[in-house]
Amino acid sequence: MNLSLLPLLQQLVLVLAAIVLFLSFVLLAQNRLISAIHAFAWQGALVAAVTTVVAATGHIHHLYFSAALTLMLKAMLIPWMLHRLVRRLELERHTESLQSPTLVTMTAVALVIFSYWLVLPMIQEELTFTRNIVAISLAVVLIGLLMMVFRTQAVAQVLGFMSMENGLFLAAVSATGGMPLVVELGVAFDVLVAMVLFGVFFLQIRESIDSLDVDRLNRLRETTGEAPDEPQVEAQ
Amino acid sequence: MDNYLTLPGWVLAVFQSCLYLALAPLLVGWVRKAKARLQNRRGAPLLQAYQDLYKLLAKEARVAHTASPLFRAAPYIVFTATWMAAATVPLLVVDLPTAAIADIIVLVGLLALARVFLALAGMDVGAAFGGMGASREMLIGALAEPAMLMAVFTLAMTAHSTNLSSVIDHHLVDGFVLRPSYLFALGGLILVAVAESGRIPIDNPTTHLELTMIHEAMLLEYSGRHLALMEWSAQIKLLLYGTLIANVFFPWGIGRGFGGAALGLGLAAVLAKLAALGAVLAVGETVLAKMRLFRAPEFLNLALLLSLLGLLSHVILEVRA
Repeated sequence: MNLSLLPLLQQLVLVLAAIVLFLSFVLLAQNRLISAIHAFAWQGALVAAVTTVVAATGHIHHLYFSAALTLMLKAMLIPWMLHRLVRRLELERHTESLQSPTLVTMTAVALVIFSYWLVLPMIQEELTFTRNIVAISLAVVLIGLLMMVFRTQAVAQVLGFMSMENGLFLAAVSATGGMPLVVELGVAFDVLVAMVLFGVFFLQIRESIDSLDVDRLNRLRETTGEAPDEPQVEAQ
Repeated sequence: MDNYLTLPGWVLAVFQSCLYLALAPLLVGWVRKAKARLQNRRGAPLLQAYQDLYKLLAKEARVAHTASPLFRAAPYIVFTATWMAAATVPLLVVDLPTAAIADIIVLVGLLALARVFLALAGMDVGAAFGGMGASREMLIGALAEPAMLMAVFTLAMTAHSTNLSSVIDHHLVDGFVLRPSYLFALGGLILVAVAESGRIPIDNPTTHLELTMIHEAMLLEYSGRHLALMEWSAQIKLLLYGTLIANVFFPWGIGRGFGGAALGLGLAAVLAKLAALGAVLAVGETVLAKMRLFRAPEFLNLALLLSLLGLLSHVILEVRA
């Protein structure tokens, strides 16, 4: 128990990482799409803040660049693009509630404990002070996955995917002090291209099934109205 | 720690408990005043809450003819239990004998005792409103208690003790440390405090005869000194939660000896902290609207999640830091 011996800046890193985890929970349980996008933007900003402070404490200069990149991409550009898409698809007032929010939240808590258990052997090694954050970032990844499983709305699933990427980035920063700059740039452009493609997909899905509820993609029939006397067994 | 169970310690403990009684209406008056100023009203004078209590105490207590003896006893039990719970929370100085004989779990238990008797008294007369209020109060209590206990365990794990004095001592010795677990526990405890003391997102303290009331509904049948005791214990509960938040999370300024200077500094510090908290509460109550009752479980689930995250982040981030 020697958290009090760490310098104040390193304590700040831990606090910011904990808030990143909390924002994952907010993202998971958020009903309104616009608020979820805002939560995602804050998560990106906090990841950038963690990176900046880690860079300042460890004097790792290239991390400043990746922090700036994260801030621009995850906290501004992607949320702005999502915002524009949601406005274009007229989903601003769209709310979607989970089937059983408490169960999903408790599953997420279990995932946090699981990722801590998974990371325990790594914590035994004498790494830098950020080694504890690896568990947090793994939990952020798993919660993003959980969000993609439980949400049926396409935009919310994309938010889960993007927050998984946030978790991976946090893991890279906390475990090894960031990836090489070339890799980071590559990932950043991948994410950007993915975002553009998702936008195109949204419009396509919307055009073909007139909704963004991807559960409806499971149905085989093209339109429900054309064959009313078709037996139900065939649909499965 | 050698100050425990000495005569000056006991004198101070009694003095501090009486101070709780004296300050409770002042805090409520301050919150009301601040709220009125925020809404562009002049508001009642700061000491209005004292005058209300005085008026009620002087009036005759009428009891419904269907009431059992429990109905008469409940105000005294609720008042005493709340007061005893308040006495275990350090207000001016730490290391008092009351803190040595009762830890945080006793505090939660005493508050639960008061809540049970409040609910029983609400149901006793058989009026519809009382039963509704009692059932709502128990719903909120059942959801708020786990969240509060989780937050309390987070503090206890950091200080390795469930004793409030030791928790505060530990915090003071460590100096200013940014703890993620404390941040979450603070958030959880604030939500619990708002729900438990019947403030605005959950219950509106100023309503009377409104279908959604919770605390008021149980007091509808009370009058005179019974009502005064019930109102007073509600005010003490608010002060208790305020002091708990102020002194555990921001312990700076609390007295650590029994000297006059330490006491004066402790009093000034706690008054300043409570005034700030009261102002925050007033702003919160002005900005927020009351929730539907069916959304209260969501609100308290958030409190539970915050406390749980506090516990987890203590284990994950702080133990081997």
